[in-house]
Amino acid sequence: MSYLLFQVTLFVYILATATYAVYFISQRKEVRTIGRWLLVGAGVLHTVYLVARYLEAGHTPLTNHHETVSFFAWSMTWGFLSFHWRYNVRNFGSFVSPLITVLMVIATFSSRTIQPLPPALQSAWLPLHASIAIMANGFLALAFCGGLMYLLQERELKKKRFGMFYSRLPSLDALDSLNQHCLAVGFPLLTLGIITGSIWAKQAWGTYWQWDPKETWSLITWFLYAALLHQRFTVGWRGRRAAVMAVLGFAAAMFTLWGVTYLLGGVHAYVG
Amino acid sequence: MSVDKIFVLGVNHKTAPVEIRERLAFSSDPGTPFREIRVIPGCEEFCFLSTCNRVEVIFVSSLGEETERRIRNFLFAGRMSYEEAGRYVYLHRGEAALSHLFRVGAGLDSMIVGEPQILGQLKQAYRNATDQQCTGLILNRLLHKAFSVAKRIRTETGIGSSAVSISYAAVELAKKIFGSLSHKKVLLVGAGEMAELAAQHLANQGIDEVIVANRTFERAVKMARCFNGKAVAFEEMVEQLAVVDIMISSTGAPGLILLKDQVKPIMRQRRNRPLFLIDIAVPRDLDPGLNDLENIYLYGIDDLQNVVEINRAERDKEAVRAERIVTEETLKFMLWLGSIEVSPTIVALRQKADAVRAAELARTFSQLPHLSDKERKALDMLTSSIVNKLLHNPIIFLKKEGKDETAEDKRARIDVFHRLFGLDSNGNGPDQED
Repeated sequence: MSYLLFQVTLFVYILATATYAVYFISQRKEVRTIGRWLLVGAGVLHTVYLVARYLEAGHTPLTNHHETVSFFAWSMTWGFLSFHWRYNVRNFGSFVSPLITVLMVIATFSSRTIQPLPPALQSAWLPLHASIAIMANGFLALAFCGGLMYLLQERELKKKRFGMFYSRLPSLDALDSLNQHCLAVGFPLLTLGIITGSIWAKQAWGTYWQWDPKETWSLITWFLYAALLHQRFTVGWRGRRAAVMAVLGFAAAMFTLWGVTYLLGGVHAYVG
Repeated sequence: MSVDKIFVLGVNHKTAPVEIRERLAFSSDPGTPFREIRVIPGCEEFCFLSTCNRVEVIFVSSLGEETERRIRNFLFAGRMSYEEAGRYVYLHRGEAALSHLFRVGAGLDSMIVGEPQILGQLKQAYRNATDQQCTGLILNRLLHKAFSVAKRIRTETGIGSSAVSISYAAVELAKKIFGSLSHKKVLLVGAGEMAELAAQHLANQGIDEVIVANRTFERAVKMARCFNGKAVAFEEMVEQLAVVDIMISSTGAPGLILLKDQVKPIMRQRRNRPLFLIDIAVPRDLDPGLNDLENIYLYGIDDLQNVVEINRAERDKEAVRAERIVTEETLKFMLWLGSIEVSPTIVALRQKADAVRAAELARTFSQLPHLSDKERKALDMLTSSIVNKLLHNPIIFLKKEGKDETAEDKRARIDVFHRLFGLDSNGNGPDQED
């Protein structure tokens, strides 16, 4: 039952992405409206799926790879939609929706079997730590999309060769402040994710920090973003440099999520 | 009312250099034109428009050439002979004057086609003229028409949103870099029509302040006045870069006036806020290497030209549509003028018919003294409805416009009408006929 729901959700995400792609080419407002509502629909379906999954598993559905990645996609969707209502960034959806769909496809190919929760994970900290950490990734992913858009637009403006992005993407200023807004939400969440993880580690393993690879890499990620924000507020790092940092920071965050698990192992291994 | 009584006399950026234009602006005493033009013989109504780029007198005169000569002499006030002034002025009469005014109001005659500022200036000019009671039936109607034509063109065509040329490209790029242009400052270095135009266009987009730097400080002050901005010495240019966001350079300097190494330290001072440099000078003013610095966007004249090409086709289409609206509205106004031309005839005809009726009724009533009030009233109504029904078709005939009727045809028609009904001004009353 919940599997069918997941597939329908994925299908609506794909539809939304396709619609956003059509909008990107045609720039017709009606198309964008359709895309936006499709995405809202997918977001709602996705929420229902998460609830169903919770009821099915009996614990917070954030313990395996499928659940993590799907929740990641969910955070991005609602993060994007919440920004959308506050201010409009042209064609942001055309960049965000493919990434969401990719995440959902990855989730499809991961095992959906519900396994009994290992004792170490049976804690009230699980939903708190895991959801905050993944939501942080969601906003960092949005900042990454904004950064990418900035770099594309900046390239055309610098090279003075106006291709398809010049007219479609918003102003550099808008993209730069989008970047800042995403980080203003994503960075505190990331910080909170690390802090809650550390408190939970103290309870579960008796120590706040044990230099497990995932811990180390999340710290590296944190330092990258902290450096970016620090520089922005002190010497006014902005524009291209900030965009590059947002892209690099996201790469580090993704390595923390996947690279560490598959290449380095550690105590977080079971989380997928 | 004949359309040939309407004139527009003026100079603009196309016909006269700024040295000539600024002498006609009457900036020291804006009341002068009203006092002086009012007393010119034949000038029935007028409106005086003065902006940075144009000075125009829109007037209605039955004397025509004589009034025009006096106004032109007043404008150039002995600085130049009538014939010499003729090299700079344009004079539109009749239909041409109407469409010229409509084009001016819509910004089609402006340096930056489609710019909205001129409409505000025209409205202010009209307000001043009405305050001084210089306008009447014709100009009140004409100016209001010009405002609504401008509005129509703005809403029905994209001429306002995609104005022309290099300066438009500069604004478009600025918007791609800064988003909104409010709270942004622009530094204008050197003079030159194109730079002025770009600055003008930026100013129209709500830029916060225009700062002008020029080797001749006096020139800078003059130009700054045009934009309500401030003037700085040429040597302050680099310093100003710390506060402005856009710089437009068009000096006649033989070499570069701004080097990469001069700007580098300033970017730190600016906290890396983007800087948009526009170099429209030939030879170049700004170091091409500046474009390599982070958050600096340097555009030369050729780069801007490329942007212009992107939307040329779109613009041309809009301009054609705007011109069509002007033609259409001009014709409509001509029709209105035509209708007020026939209305005195209609009034005369009605007066005559009423006089005949009143006289005949009085005679009848005196012969039939026993009539009750009710019967008198009935007779009164009967006669008036006979008169109205009889006059109905002639009036329709008078008002109706032939498809391609010339003003001449119309005058002939009105003349026939006058003779047919004996409406000539020397025939004073209904009883004097024959």
